[in-house]
Amino acid sequence: MKVRTKRRIGRALDKAGLAAAVAVLLAPCLFVFFWVLSLSLKYDIDNTAWPPVFWPEEPTLDNFVKVFDESPMFLYFWNSVQVTGSATLAALVLGVPAAYGIARARAHKMAAVLLLSRMTPGLSYLIPLFTLFQVLGLIGTVWPIALTHLVITLPIVVWIMIGFFETLPLELEEAARIDGATLWQSFCYVSLPLARPGIVVGAILSFISSWNNFIFGAVFAGRTTRTMPVAVYNMLTFESFAWGPLAAAAIVVMLPVIILTIIIQKEIVQGLSTGGVK
Amino acid sequence: MVVTTVKPAERHLRPYFRFIWPALIVSVLVIVFPWIFTLWMSLQDWRIGSARTFVGLDNYVGLLTNRRFLESIGHTIYFTILAVALPMILGTLSALVFHRKFHGRGFFRAIFIMPMMATPVAVSLIWTMMFHPQLGVLNYLLSLVGLPPSQWVYAPSTVIPSLILVEVWLWTPFVMIIVLGGLASLPSEPYEAAMIDGVSRWQMFWKITFPLVAPFLVVALIMRAIDALKVFETIWVISNGGPGTASEVLNIYLYAQAFSYNEIGTASAVVVVFFAIIVALSLVLLWARQKASWN
Repeated sequence: MKVRTKRRIGRALDKAGLAAAVAVLLAPCLFVFFWVLSLSLKYDIDNTAWPPVFWPEEPTLDNFVKVFDESPMFLYFWNSVQVTGSATLAALVLGVPAAYGIARARAHKMAAVLLLSRMTPGLSYLIPLFTLFQVLGLIGTVWPIALTHLVITLPIVVWIMIGFFETLPLELEEAARIDGATLWQSFCYVSLPLARPGIVVGAILSFISSWNNFIFGAVFAGRTTRTMPVAVYNMLTFESFAWGPLAAAAIVVMLPVIILTIIIQKEIVQGLSTGGVK
Repeated sequence: MVVTTVKPAERHLRPYFRFIWPALIVSVLVIVFPWIFTLWMSLQDWRIGSARTFVGLDNYVGLLTNRRFLESIGHTIYFTILAVALPMILGTLSALVFHRKFHGRGFFRAIFIMPMMATPVAVSLIWTMMFHPQLGVLNYLLSLVGLPPSQWVYAPSTVIPSLILVEVWLWTPFVMIIVLGGLASLPSEPYEAAMIDGVSRWQMFWKITFPLVAPFLVVALIMRAIDALKVFETIWVISNGGPGTASEVLNIYLYAQAFSYNEIGTASAVVVVFFAIIVALSLVLLWARQKASWN
């Protein structure tokens, strides 16, 4: 009897400890996101009040309206969609077959080139590419930005897909080959459909990293070709005390990424942890 | 799972290379070409808009005596050590928590990894507002627990620790995810055996869990070290390398040389040095990883 109560108390303590640990871990993250939301829903009078106002008494969407009114946010959004979309698409078209080839031919030395590209600071690509694009007269369009984003998206796709193709059994492809399919056909009709979950994870992760990228856009973008992060950074330099609109802009940039993260959080965790160990 | 296929001859693998070529050509264009071009430019004295002359290793020699450059290396090392160590410790601890099974684990984990997914520029912007010495919410939180206000990123002595705080907030989830992957791959047999032998939980952690997870820790360490050395966006947005040059790390110095002063030659030499540091460090860590997995 005594032992059982002891065990029960122990289990309760264990549960309470776990709950406390989870709460402590989540608190910094929740607080920061709560704070930006709070700033974005208050008038600037409340945002610069001391002590700070935590709960907006009369929440307002004015800041969001302001962001879209005072800057061509839709244009920047469209720029970001173009850059991120084309960089992700190109990375998939090039990277998925490449990952398949690397996985099947065990050509890991080629994968090493891509790992090296992850190690190199993004800035180091910019000087040569900036010079090159200037010579080619491409500065001021979105295409240099999209092209440089391949530096980010291609390694991610290849990296994740190598791990994925390696787990696919060879037997199915071999069966297709025996039935007379060419290598290309067996890739298209057997491996590719099986790899779909991996492709989704690779696409979303490369979309997120490209969407979040600031530096390439900062160097290559002109007034009309700014991507979202560049546009938000420019707001900071020009109106450093309009905290409400700044917070609203920050939320607008992050929203697509946050939604994607929530949708595929399980796959992200899997994709990152298997991709990281190879 | 043991797959016993006959080891295919090179000849059989060759068709697969066709799948790789397109990506390889593009990689050479956007990744390898810049490397070679940078190496070549680092040997030139070249400001955008003026004539270019070949100067050999002068740019490198110049860097060795350039105080601002050497200081930026110091800042980078200071930043990197703390921005690696703290997320490693906290990330490992949080992985141990999230490895347990509890109600709503997936949901809480999704919230936990949100910082690393969020747009860094936006995150930096939020922290900039929180760091404000007069109106920032952080000083208010300090006052709640009876601590004196801090100057955060507005004083040379506190700027790097403050930036590290942001880095820890951003990247602890990354370490957590990788270590969590390691914990998930652990076999259950050693624990059952240890349980029968009456081994304590603490001993189990140090003698079984830790050695088995060590390779994952090394991977997390390598990635984190590379990313910390490359830090740019958070510092650029929050402190812009300041006050003065108090938080100017290598990457910020590089940006200033290349795009503020247009000193392409010097900037390229910085890139080469930078790259050498990163590759050397990665090799050391990879070597450490191999050693760890042999033991």
